[in-house]
Amino acid sequence: MQRIFLVFVVMMISFTTVTAQSNNKLAAASAARGKMVYLQRCMVCHQADGGGVPKLNAPLDASSTVNGSDIAKLVKYIVKGLNDRIEIDGEFYANAMPAADDLKDQQIADVLTFIRSNWSNKAGPVSLTQVKQIRSKLK
Amino acid sequence: MKKVTQISVFSSLFILMLLAATSSSAQNIKPDTDNAGLTLPKGFAALKVADNVGRTRHIAVNKQGAIYAKLERLDNGKGIVVLKDTDGDGRTETKTTFANYIGTGIAIKGNYLYASSNKEVFKYALNENGDIVDENAAATLVTGLVDKGQHNSKSITLDNAGNIYVNVGAPSNSCQEKDRTKGSMGMMPCPILDSAGGIWQFKTDQLNQTYATGVRYATGLRNVVGLDWNNELNQLFVTQHGRDMLNNLFPDLYDTTVSAELPSETMYAINKGDNAGWPYIYYDHVKGKKMMAPEYGGDGKKTVDDKYINPAMAFPAHMAPNGLLFYTGNQFPARYKNGAFIAFHGSWNRSPLPQEGYYVVFVPYENGKPTGKWEVFADGFSGKTVVKNPRDAQHRPCGLAEGPDGSLYISDDVKGTIYRIMYQK
Repeated sequence: MQRIFLVFVVMMISFTTVTAQSNNKLAAASAARGKMVYLQRCMVCHQADGGGVPKLNAPLDASSTVNGSDIAKLVKYIVKGLNDRIEIDGEFYANAMPAADDLKDQQIADVLTFIRSNWSNKAGPVSLTQVKQIRSKLK
Repeated sequence: MKKVTQISVFSSLFILMLLAATSSSAQNIKPDTDNAGLTLPKGFAALKVADNVGRTRHIAVNKQGAIYAKLERLDNGKGIVVLKDTDGDGRTETKTTFANYIGTGIAIKGNYLYASSNKEVFKYALNENGDIVDENAAATLVTGLVDKGQHNSKSITLDNAGNIYVNVGAPSNSCQEKDRTKGSMGMMPCPILDSAGGIWQFKTDQLNQTYATGVRYATGLRNVVGLDWNNELNQLFVTQHGRDMLNNLFPDLYDTTVSAELPSETMYAINKGDNAGWPYIYYDHVKGKKMMAPEYGGDGKKTVDDKYINPAMAFPAHMAPNGLLFYTGNQFPARYKNGAFIAFHGSWNRSPLPQEGYYVVFVPYENGKPTGKWEVFADGFSGKTVVKNPRDAQHRPCGLAEGPDGSLYISDDVKGTIYRIMYQK
């Protein structure tokens, strides 16, 4: 009985590890695609180091919003843009963010996965399913 | 007789000491051993007059040498800083603050200090010592100017006929239906120009003026942050921040290199009624032409020859000319007199190329006209050889002022360093 349990535990651990590894690979591939979207569409304002431009364009690196759990908010910013003057980590940024509603769901998942895992950011990936769900609820 | 001599010797000494303590002229002041981290032309030296003052935008220096700096972020609820050098070593020892608003513009003319929030312009009386008579007695000269965040600095300058000139920047990049959105076309006519995208003229002796009572002195100016009245020519000069993102918005017409180098940052000599053409055109200093903006049918090749004024000077793109000052002093060598200093805040939308600017340039003038050549006068503010990302810049030059002895003062709005540049040869 003990032995069976041990085998079960070993199987569970290896299964979890394999799943985690394949998830990591998927996330890495998504981030790599996301980087291309970032370079074309985001970098001009948010900069190569994700640091944004002081007082003009918000930083993505080390941003509490970017690293936070509210994925819906991030998807909405990309799809709808951001025109309101909001305070982000104690600062206001003058430039409006244009809507990038021509991006496909997968591109949004990819670019968010890239942004959330690049520079000093260590937040988890964003999946296509998540983006689809959130976007379907956006008007 | 002996006593009289003694007295006169003593009084002369006393007067000399007094002069040394109050005038703090460039010859007696020791510059910083590293020239405040700046690279300057031969014979010039620099010191940090003050450090960590706050986000100092534009500055003004009174006849006594006290510095007034306008803050972009409140310091304990106050938005104007007064710095004084009490011992004559060129470094300021006292710092006081007043005014409960943020902003950029500040200027001294006659016995008054003028300062702007992002919506209003105020006026304060100065006493014979150059101090504010009553900091709570601000007269509101202008009210109700547009502030939508983007390009909201209200820079100011004054002429010699009782007028104040106020920049109202356009809260837009290029008057697209959707600001900064790829492929979105320009609104025709651009509705923003009614209340922004130009210079407004107001009276210095009338209260609570608005758009309705002011004069739209010049239009078609996207965002002017540097402006100065040229007393030699009796004319307004302004420096405009040119539009951003040609490549991102119209990738089929402009590649990233062209978009990094164009359009020009421009300096204009302004006459009443002038139109500089934003958003319909931009300037291309490589071609020396006014170009039709892509939002209005331009393709990078179509030029526009009539209607809009030409710049007096053009500079590479995106360097952000935030401060303009015509030098009228006698301390610097003669070639600097009546020439223009421009503080370039530094670029952000030249990536993937390195950023540019982050220095103060000099534009030589001859017979009331720029010679056409400009030179970097003070460099090294950023603390980097190359600025790849704007947040890496340690300091960014923003405001310029001339001291009573002809020293040039420069403000930095990252750390709030005030620099003083002197000629010592």
